Amino acid sequence: MPVQRDEVMPIRSSEDVVRVRQMVRQWAVTLGFSLVDQTKIVTAASELARNTLGYGGGGEVQLEIVQKGIRSGLRLTFIDQGPGILDIELALKDGYTTGGGLGLGLSGAKRLSNEFEIFSRPGEGTRVSITRWK
Amino acid sequence: MERIPILKLGDFLLVTIQVDMHDQLVMTLQDDLTERIVKTQALGVLMDISSLEIVDSFIGRMIGNIAAMARVLDAETVVVGMQPAVAITLVELGLSLPGVRTALNVDSGMKLLRTMLDQKEMANASSAR
Repeated sequence: MPVQRDEVMPIRSSEDVVRVRQMVRQWAVTLGFSLVDQTKIVTAASELARNTLGYGGGGEVQLEIVQKGIRSGLRLTFIDQGPGILDIELALKDGYTTGGGLGLGLSGAKRLSNEFEIFSRPGEGTRVSITRWK
Repeated sequence: MERIPILKLGDFLLVTIQVDMHDQLVMTLQDDLTERIVKTQALGVLMDISSLEIVDSFIGRMIGNIAAMARVLDAETVVVGMQPAVAITLVELGLSLPGVRTALNVDSGMKLLRTMLDQKEMANASSAR
């Protein structure tokens, strides 16, 4: 998939989570996303950035504008070197949490995206990638 | 320290969230608001979120918490002004804010609060008889 533009942002503090939200919004506006689609990808980004910070102990996000045929999309990849996820299927269940939240972060982000990929192994960190097409 | 202002309007407290809140600010607001409810003996809380561009699960949980804490402190909460795109996203995310009363704008939120308080008073009066 050709990548037209990309940028990496650190996620080390809750202020960084806000900055990620704002940058994702800017990119979604540039791509011409509708207001609802902008809101969905920004909300998904907020959930995943908070996971990167809270569970992964910090990390980074890569923003990419990707092209598939005539469609363009926004792909966000969240990477951390934290403890990883033992049972991904369980982690994706609504209401499941190990952190005292609502357990909607991962499953909600998946629902708000068109494509969702997750790679994680205990001790090796987590990599979550979401794409929303225009 | 950065804070969300809480205004006293008669028996009510008005909170207008106008910034993109980081998580610590959300927690501070929750603490400040419960303190102010007790201090001012407010009967209602009106939370205007019309400037909020997203409500994620963390902010959604805070809104639910505030409503629950206020209720325990004998105050009613009405959340007003949610943007349509935010409402659509919130429900798809899996949050429907159970137990939180909402209204479209500050005016109708204020009316709803007054109606809720009138009903409460009537219920209290009839149980006292």
